[in-house]
Amino acid sequence: MEAFISLTSKFISLPLENIDTDQIIPARFLTQTHREGLGAGLFYDWRYEAGGTLRTDHILNQDHRDAHILVAGANFGCGSSREHAVWALQSYGFRVVMSPSIGDIFKSNALKNGLLALEIDPFFYQEICRHPEASLTVDLEQQSIALSSGATSSFVLEPFARLCLLQGVDQLGFLLGHETAIANFEGRQR
Amino acid sequence: MPGKTLFDKIWQAHLVTVESDEQPAILYIDRHLVHEVTSPQAFTVLRQRSLPVRRPERTFATLDHSIPTDRERMAYVDEQARAQVETLRSNCRDFGIQLFDLNSAEQGIIHVIAPELGLILPGQTVVCGDSHTSTHGAFGALAFGIGTSEVGYVLASQCLLQRKPKSLAINVTGSLQAGVTAKDLILDIIRKLGSGGGAGYVFEYRGPTIKALSMEERMTICNMSIEAGARAGLIAPDETTYAYLKGRPYAPASAEWTSALASWHQFASDPDAEFDAEIFIDAHSLEPMISYGTSPDQSIAMQGRIPEPGSHDHLAQALSYMQWQPGQSLEGVRVDVVFIGSCTNSRISDLRAAATILQGRRVAQGLRLMIVPGSEAVKRQAESEGLARIFIDAGAEWREPGCSLCIAMNGDQLKPGQLAVSTSNRNFAGRQGKGSRTLLASPLTAAATAIQGTLTDPRAYIY
Ligand code: SF4
Repeated sequence: MEAFISLTSKFISLPLENIDTDQIIPARFLTQTHREGLGAGLFYDWRYEAGGTLRTDHILNQDHRDAHILVAGANFGCGSSREHAVWALQSYGFRVVMSPSIGDIFKSNALKNGLLALEIDPFFYQEICRHPEASLTVDLEQQSIALSSGATSSFVLEPFARLCLLQGVDQLGFLLGHETAIANFEGRQR
Repeated sequence: MPGKTLFDKIWQAHLVTVESDEQPAILYIDRHLVHEVTSPQAFTVLRQRSLPVRRPERTFATLDHSIPTDRERMAYVDEQARAQVETLRSNCRDFGIQLFDLNSAEQGIIHVIAPELGLILPGQTVVCGDSHTSTHGAFGALAFGIGTSEVGYVLASQCLLQRKPKSLAINVTGSLQAGVTAKDLILDIIRKLGSGGGAGYVFEYRGPTIKALSMEERMTICNMSIEAGARAGLIAPDETTYAYLKGRPYAPASAEWTSALASWHQFASDPDAEFDAEIFIDAHSLEPMISYGTSPDQSIAMQGRIPEPGSHDHLAQALSYMQWQPGQSLEGVRVDVVFIGSCTNSRISDLRAAATILQGRRVAQGLRLMIVPGSEAVKRQAESEGLARIFIDAGAEWREPGCSLCIAMNGDQLKPGQLAVSTSNRNFAGRQGKGSRTLLASPLTAAATAIQGTLTDPRAYIY
């Protein structure tokens, strides 16, 4: 997992509530058995007409090389547990998603893959939406966000997930390091 | 000190290490369920790191999401879907995991077969790479959906790192009227909480209305907890639970049954337990519900009217996608497809309910009725009871068990713009195929609509 310390970037905003993981990556893209390349299916039904023609005016179809942050309305990532949603966002180029609230399973999946999923102050969210041309700086060490127009905010990330992200380590190694405690538990349970 | 909730008790009984400011708890997982879509990348991680599955006997797998539901089981959407099925087969073989394969007597939707087999017991922790794992809370088990990374963690360590969620008591009183089902009740609860209203909470459904429900009805309720954003939904086990479990293939038997039963009695919230939040629902005045929007919390009584969106962009967009006018009623609207199936409503009691309306009648001209049993066991039972005959005589398609049109990644799908009444759990835009429009309802409402050809209050068919 790639470490995350801080990032300054343009952002793309999708100011809609309840964006579910079926929208992020439709189910028909879920038959692949590897993680890579899912960016092509990201928000597919929003980015393409029913016949498969690209909607050139859709914000996600603009040049996005400088935009590594997605800003979305409340309850982002609700619905299906598909981790493919996280892989698709990463494959497209996002390293951060922020929203006033994020679905529990999506949030957990994101943080385990190094995609920083941040729940931000709703007023700051509105402030961001008012400045679509600005850039954002996200500092995970300080747990702060700054909008290039001047406004700033802070966030709280679950401390363990934050440490894993700062160090770029995943949680599996940590769990496996508790072999004795797990074996003891199993001994007690029996 | 206040008493403990059911959730507190299960949580505490599974702590390998306790939670601190710096570190989540390590929670032991009793039962792990696996399907073909969310597991391949987890097995890949095990292979890359040369890790075994720590307790293969605690994991059970089946094929449900990407498999075709036609009679021959040959119509895979593409080679990739077929390869995904093969991948689960080889992963189960290589890692020593029991797979309920196609054409076995046990195959079916993972959340239908696990309870049927007696794999889910009170007080357990249960996870699956699938958000509707919440279904199993009906047994008083703490059951929640996880992502693929966590599927790998459970395979390798039988544990997860978790912060303890908060608890919400949902107290339901008042008996359900004829024609009103558990599905209508949960749609109403979700409407009241909102699709993110339960985020961070484990629900406990309680009260006399819940106590009076059968196990299958309780599963319908718990199944949709996730549609209010909940981590899990629980119902305390009772005589109904024990009667359901007794004699199931994987449930404890003989002396073990007696001692298990004694231990299960502890799994109830203490009378003085304190919940972080509490709501009260009166089910007496509930009517058959129908969703109208693109989020499961957007539903109305069949006799109701679609609300004005006001300043809610989300609602305005849902109405435009669904092609509704604010203030209109849905009763009498023409429907293209009716789907009876999914882990919410594909069990034998759901099919029996549908059959009460379909018996001796014909599906409306031009409407397609698909009935997809949740498992091979449900299918066998429905065939032996004569339900399948009723469905076929009515003009329905009687298909093989699987997720089918609930997720539309297996060849069963709607055409753009088609309107379906579905007994499944999600009405997201495009969920049943690109441009599809889904209305969530009970099996009774689905059956009545299939006969009438237009959205129909099932009470018109119940005498
Ligand atoms: S029936 Fe639908 S909701 Fe249930 S497991 Fe299958 S795809 Fe998921």
